[in-house]
Amino acid sequence: MTVNVVGKRVKRVDAVAKVTGKAKYTDDFMERDMLVGKILRSPYAHAIVKKIDVSKAKALPGVEAVLTYKDVPDNKYATAGHPYSLDPKHRDREDRTILTKKARFVGDEIAAVVATDDLTAEKALKLIDVEYEVLEPVLTPEDALKENAPLIHEEYDNNIISDFGYQIGDVEESFKESDYIFEDEFETSIVQHCHLENHISYAYVDADDRIVIVSSTQIPHICRRIVGQALGIPWGRIRVIKPYIGGGFGNKQDVCLEPLNAALTLAVGGRPVKIDLSREECMIATRTRHAFKYKFKTGVSKDGKLIATHITAISNNGAYASHGHSIAMSAGTKFRPLYSFKSIKFDPVTVYTNLPAAGAMRAYGVPQIKFALESHMENIARKLNMDPIEFRRRNLLGEGYVDPLNGNKVLSCGIHECIAKGKELINWDEKKEKYKNQTGIKRRGLGMACFSYASGTHPVGLELAGARIVLNQDGSVQLQIGATEIGQGSDTVFAQMVAEVLGIPVDMVHVVSTQDTDISPFDTGAYASRQTYVTGMAVKKAALEIKEKILNFVWGMTDIPAEALDIEDANIVYKHSGEVVMPLSKVAMQTYYDTVFAKPITSDTSNNARVNAMSFGVTFAEVEVDIKTGKIEVVEIFNVHDSGKIINPQLAEGQVHGGVSMGIGYALSEEMLFDEKTGKPLNNNLLDYKLPTIMDTPDIGVAFVETHDPTGPFGNKSLGEPPAISPAPAIRNAVLDATGVAFDRIPMTPQRVFEKFKEAKLV
Amino acid sequence: MYNVDQYFEPETIDEATALLAEHPNLLIIAGGTDVLIKMHSGKIAQADLLSIRKIKFLETIQKRQDGTLSIGSLATFTQIANDPIIKENIPVLKEAALSMGGPQIRNVATIGGNICNGATSADSASTLFALNAKLKLQTQGGERVIPIEDFYLGPGKVDLKPGEILTEIVISPEDYQDYGGHYIKFSMRKAMDIATLGVSAICRIKNGVFEDVRIGLGVAGPTPLRCQEAESFAKGKTVSAQTLAEIGKLAVKSTKARTSWRASKEYREHLVEELSQRALKVAIKNAGGESLA
Amino acid sequence: MLKKISFTVNGKEVSLEVNPGETLLEVLRKRLGYTGVKKGCAVGECGACTVLIDGTPTDSCIYLAVWADGKEIITIEGIAEDGKLSKVQEAFVEEGAVQCGFCTPGLVLTTTAMVQSGKKYTREEIKRELSGHFCRCTGYQNIIKAVEKSLED
Repeated sequence: MTVNVVGKRVKRVDAVAKVTGKAKYTDDFMERDMLVGKILRSPYAHAIVKKIDVSKAKALPGVEAVLTYKDVPDNKYATAGHPYSLDPKHRDREDRTILTKKARFVGDEIAAVVATDDLTAEKALKLIDVEYEVLEPVLTPEDALKENAPLIHEEYDNNIISDFGYQIGDVEESFKESDYIFEDEFETSIVQHCHLENHISYAYVDADDRIVIVSSTQIPHICRRIVGQALGIPWGRIRVIKPYIGGGFGNKQDVCLEPLNAALTLAVGGRPVKIDLSREECMIATRTRHAFKYKFKTGVSKDGKLIATHITAISNNGAYASHGHSIAMSAGTKFRPLYSFKSIKFDPVTVYTNLPAAGAMRAYGVPQIKFALESHMENIARKLNMDPIEFRRRNLLGEGYVDPLNGNKVLSCGIHECIAKGKELINWDEKKEKYKNQTGIKRRGLGMACFSYASGTHPVGLELAGARIVLNQDGSVQLQIGATEIGQGSDTVFAQMVAEVLGIPVDMVHVVSTQDTDISPFDTGAYASRQTYVTGMAVKKAALEIKEKILNFVWGMTDIPAEALDIEDANIVYKHSGEVVMPLSKVAMQTYYDTVFAKPITSDTSNNARVNAMSFGVTFAEVEVDIKTGKIEVVEIFNVHDSGKIINPQLAEGQVHGGVSMGIGYALSEEMLFDEKTGKPLNNNLLDYKLPTIMDTPDIGVAFVETHDPTGPFGNKSLGEPPAISPAPAIRNAVLDATGVAFDRIPMTPQRVFEKFKEAKLV
Repeated sequence: MYNVDQYFEPETIDEATALLAEHPNLLIIAGGTDVLIKMHSGKIAQADLLSIRKIKFLETIQKRQDGTLSIGSLATFTQIANDPIIKENIPVLKEAALSMGGPQIRNVATIGGNICNGATSADSASTLFALNAKLKLQTQGGERVIPIEDFYLGPGKVDLKPGEILTEIVISPEDYQDYGGHYIKFSMRKAMDIATLGVSAICRIKNGVFEDVRIGLGVAGPTPLRCQEAESFAKGKTVSAQTLAEIGKLAVKSTKARTSWRASKEYREHLVEELSQRALKVAIKNAGGESLA
Repeated sequence: MLKKISFTVNGKEVSLEVNPGETLLEVLRKRLGYTGVKKGCAVGECGACTVLIDGTPTDSCIYLAVWADGKEIITIEGIAEDGKLSKVQEAFVEEGAVQCGFCTPGLVLTTTAMVQSGKKYTREEIKRELSGHFCRCTGYQNIIKAVEKSLED
């Protein structure tokens, strides 16, 4: 196989559809007489519905149905976009119903109306009389952990979702061997995905009495299963269709609207009903990123070798379990392939609070732990009087590392090269020298942070991916995958993979971008940076299979053995000379219309990945800090990634740009704020939630160190999530470098910085 | 869909004031960037609207023969940012206009709406305070002209009497000629944001001495405000870092900042002290003074 | 209370009766089928619904449909001519400025207005002109490149 298109800057297959406005998203499909579904949300963080009277709402002309918790199935279900497990112990916590009698956060879903239009639906919501018994809200994890804390979910004994952790070695013994013990505490805030397209779905019952749901989801196949569970109906009765989606970042790896949407269409005799969340709703009633509090206690030897670390974590999960403890466990797992510790003890606890439910968000718990760990590493290096880069280098693991808990093996690792490249790009040594002894109002500093990550969820989750290819009459092919394009570019890299294997131009690969659970092969969806790696292998296998079938067919036609043939540029050629035997299109026509041998060629494969490649990388950042106002500006930032072979550099750079920008927001400005007494959201809109604008975003530098991972379909490893991991600690470390002030909390908003500077007597 | 029942769109100010007199419940709408957002959030559940968008002469920006600047209440922020009269005579207002929202908002948001919305964070207000701007308010029967400072009554509350329409913002020649100014919007983001603090400083300098200093602040109290103590102190003082430091300290005395989830009182006051000096430093340069280090 | 209005969308004349509470966004999407106009926030914070009104980029979510009377509206559907991508669209494709695509129509339209203005823009001015558009996917990097390319002579 000669590399033709893999590794090239191929244009996105959906770019033209998107720049012309032709790409259709969920709201762009206009069913006739679509009804509007709207949700009555609790104004209290913790309350029980004592009485609910919907009669006035029902009487309003234009209202077609009003549902409360009494009118929907009482099945408890879990919403996380995880593969189902045949082992009940391995399933997510089933703690919610479609509508609830008990409000567990401000915005919780008490009732819903279906009406002919928006205004009528909104009026109807106001006509629902609810009498609440207001309970004491539990708004911090510390309060939730108190002995007599009010229970958020009464069916459990306490507010702890899980406190499962692990120990490798014996940290107490290792601490005894250590020359120094360092302790630090860190805290991250609740942030939100802010995909441009809010959560939206519509549902109807088709002529065969099946429920069809069109939804902006990352996980159509999982969605089908969860709707079935929530409604207590056979999974096969549900069909989920996923058109183009306007971003997800993990928030659509959760089933938020679809069960209610199905219940609403059933309530109106199967007529189409749309639920289109407003931005304000979407920011509280979908999912958020977990806020974590970390404590690190780390033993180090005199020569700067890490010996042991004891990590304690509290994860604020909000009102419902969603992805729950998986987030903490992902954090506790994915950092391990980076640094060598003789012993690690990881003690996380994931707790309910009366705040919006936290779920999956780009890099799944890892930005939090890496903010803490990389800040801790920086503090240690400084206390040891060691160069922070040298300190990290001394402790890196690298190739050959086998994780003692999950058995994953590092088969490729370019972290040393990433560090060297980043250092050079930012001109580290020269600038470090230049920024010594600054005393002005504006001070500059440099910082860096490393990360490790995984490709998919093996062995925790089942990693199943399907791909199907159909050869058309003209020699082009359709590619169908169950994995979802959510903006990250997976459709394009899959097209490249097929073109590469099949020996045809990319524009002869027609990717069916829409997933339809009735038609698309089974795949669990877009998450965990799994698609190019796990689904990519399914695509490669499907392409290899169809190629074999084509060449065998030609053998039948020509008597030239398949082994002697190849496909190049859509022609069947002799492998040894490249001489054209016949165009692929000729073969294709024969497969359809030969009166004796016609048999259209397809392939249909599934890949169950039981491997997991570790990816690595680093952020280098330069900041300028205004000592007087507390404002931090990122002057330069570079991310260098080892994601194995880069399938499409342009798309890969795009992933890094977006992730870094998200990381900058995480470091400096983004956080969801809630009233400390009532739990009411304060900034659930794009004006008050400080997502960076174009003017707040510096030039973002990107470089790749291309290793080859033997388990990836083309030597590739994860890339989608990793760019969001290390910017925040790198920026934090740069601020420390510039000012001598060690921040332990993000975001470093101007006021927080000012207060810290005041403590440090800088102002 | 906004919950709007009645909608009127007069083409002259007389028609508009007559309609207002007849239907006192009408809510005036211009660019819509405040009214419609309040309707979206439910702060206004339902409204009958009087659009003044078709009263074209309200878009006019002009300099009268006596040097008086007149800005029609319908002038958009984009228009103000690009207007040659504004640029030449009161460039500080251009700076303020450009700091507001983003381009699409500036393309429709009007200066009159910005004022009548009554927000302390209004990006044009602190500068108009510093410029001693006066507002012309018209009714069916007549008109009145009042200083902008008297127009602001409290958070979101302005002295727009029933039947009145803000038609014009007027700045007298003695209030801007020979002044240099600078506006600093301090916010978390460089665009699409509301100010944590807005500082507009203007000054007139002769022979290294402040002849006049005026500082308008936004978000330093329930309404935009002026720093009277600092201003009186500055008059006649030599332009120096020490004078500036004292002005910064005194500026804080005029503020009535409070702690909200957006920022603490202490932080806002700290910003007032620091940013009033920074704004004034640039204003000094723009007024032809020597730059201070 | 319905109001009759007439305007053009992408050069085509349209007359219809609208409720005064209807937004231009709603009329374009739901009544005229221009679904390339996207809704991201409904309050002018995100820029996804940007259209050109008499050449000026405007958030159609906070623009009442009645105001469109007599105006020329250009939506993303009106940018490519005879099926051929405009220079701006080409640049967005070439520079990899598109990811999820939800902010793209608005950005293409604002950029088109910049090109039509005939002005020269510094990089900082480009950023200012685009600052009314949020994008969560791209970190804006390739968008800036695409705009620079669109503005090349």
